[in-house]
Amino acid sequence: MTWLTWRQFRAAAAMMFAALAALAAVLALTGPGLADDYATGIAACTTQGGGCSDFAGLFFNDHQGPFLAVTAVVLLLPALIGLFWGAPLITRELEAGTHRLVWNQSITRTRWLAVKLALTGLAAMTAAGLGSLAVTWWSSPIDKAAHTFNFPKMAPLLFDTRGIVPIAYAAFAFALGVTVGMLVRRTLPAMAITLAVFVTVQFAVPLLVRPHLLPSTRSTIQITESNLEDFNFDADRLRVSAKAADTGAWVLSSHTVDASGHTVDTIPVSMSSGPCAPSGPPEQTLSACLAEIKRLGYRQQVTYQPSSRFWPFQWYETGIYTAPTLGLAGFCFRRIRRRS
Amino acid sequence: MTAVIQAQGLGKRYGRRWALTDCTLDIPAGRVVGLVGPNGAGKTTLLNLTTGMLPPTSGSIRVLGGRPAANPAQLAKVGYVAQDAPTYAGLSVADHLRLGARLNPGWDDALARDRIGRLDLDPAHKAGKLSGGQRAQLALTLGIAKRPELLVLDEPVAALDPLARREFLQSLMEAVAEHELSVVLSSHLVSDLEWACDYLIVLVDSRVQAAGEVAELLATHQRLSGPRRDLARLPADQHVVVASHTDRQTTLIIRTDAPIHDPAWTVSQLSLEDLVLAYMGKPTHTAPTGRNHRPTLEVQR
Repeated sequence: MTWLTWRQFRAAAAMMFAALAALAAVLALTGPGLADDYATGIAACTTQGGGCSDFAGLFFNDHQGPFLAVTAVVLLLPALIGLFWGAPLITRELEAGTHRLVWNQSITRTRWLAVKLALTGLAAMTAAGLGSLAVTWWSSPIDKAAHTFNFPKMAPLLFDTRGIVPIAYAAFAFALGVTVGMLVRRTLPAMAITLAVFVTVQFAVPLLVRPHLLPSTRSTIQITESNLEDFNFDADRLRVSAKAADTGAWVLSSHTVDASGHTVDTIPVSMSSGPCAPSGPPEQTLSACLAEIKRLGYRQQVTYQPSSRFWPFQWYETGIYTAPTLGLAGFCFRRIRRRS
Repeated sequence: MTAVIQAQGLGKRYGRRWALTDCTLDIPAGRVVGLVGPNGAGKTTLLNLTTGMLPPTSGSIRVLGGRPAANPAQLAKVGYVAQDAPTYAGLSVADHLRLGARLNPGWDDALARDRIGRLDLDPAHKAGKLSGGQRAQLALTLGIAKRPELLVLDEPVAALDPLARREFLQSLMEAVAEHELSVVLSSHLVSDLEWACDYLIVLVDSRVQAAGEVAELLATHQRLSGPRRDLARLPADQHVVVASHTDRQTTLIIRTDAPIHDPAWTVSQLSLEDLVLAYMGKPTHTAPTGRNHRPTLEVQR
């Protein structure tokens, strides 16, 4: 059975692994140079003093295109596996009628399905794992600078396309495709439904599940010039916000609170007189104004998942996807025994 | 002798429609069984139940003493050439033989190669590029070379031209004689089955209308024609299959084990085709006049 499964799957597998090999080759050639550039730049800005956020911003800006491209590859890979490996796995046999040939050899359907699921599923996980590994390695210097463009490591997009979760996504998408195929029994509708369900799940998990994997951290911080994110006047109302010190954190909510801890939308300070009124150089005004805000007791309250939880969250999420993956596979086995 | 197929009250329902109802069969080994009936009568359903492709909705079926497709040993005992002879279009003839060898412990590779050689099939040829007849032969080769005790074929010749049809049935019969197979093959044409089968099952409207040895079926069915008469006055042992009347004449096809003594009847022999058509509710000599011509009798043994 292994031979037949491989014989049917080898063209698709060859295409996938050739594409991955090409990607890996490009990444292997450019990766060391990228890491060097980053290390050199960081060393330079550290010795000069004054922080490295300007360098990080420039570095990210320079490599934004390839960064987004490789991230998209890892993001799409599980969906493609579900669509093109999962959904047709059974429907192609049902549509061509070949299940009536293979189910009448001296091998049970359960064994037939087990070999097909195991071999193709392992290939799916290997492909996603290799893709994620290569991209995680290549992109690590860019990822460190990505927070400057609001792509923190813990937040959706980077979290979903780095580390081990792409493997779990691929296994889930594959099992989902096979199951939908078994229920719908036609390839094209099965692919469409697989895509719709998988995309829904991929949006639902970071929105509804992932923020609550561990209780989020809440910290209330002084708004200073170094952590200032946003500062703008609207008539006599000031709107400010500040970033958490943990640049890789996934910020779930961020509000300005007053002295008694109540959330405020804007800070009522006058722009025409007092410390926030423009007088002299802008830097001076800003620091005077921030000092005034501090005196009035306004601070920034940030709720976030800290970047130190990256690996625990990766493992939790892998577990969260593994359970339904196994459930779907079990459903396939039950179903194939009962029906044709 | 053990039974090849034993079915008790077997039925299969798809949604609200029964594709097969109350099917009771006891087919002895060593027969070439023809399963005949119009399209949609339930032939494929019965064959799928026999091979374990489908589970029954009601009743039970045992094939060669076991539950169909229950385990690898049971699967090895039954070969199935499904409708339209499915093969993997992208795999070559040689790949198909390899598939058979890998998936069947009892695979007879010499037999398979010999058949492919005699059929003039190029092993490197993709199955998707074969003609209908060649594909049917390839599927039959897979079915025979796994060396089953029972070979089931669903409309194996429906898509073939008359010459390929004859060649296919001939090579099937050779294999049957050589390997002492029991065979069940279905067709909607009696002529395909007439010269090959020694046992016949007539399936109409999801029901088995008649089943038995061909010789016995022919011996117990007669056509009677004579002056018009009331069917209620027939002897109790004469079961009317089809009756048709004109103003002055009555023509009947009956089943009876007893000889016909009534001198008013002209008794004539039926051909197998006449017999099958009678059960299908289409008398060969008069056009049906409505639903009255539905079969009124079930013969089961």
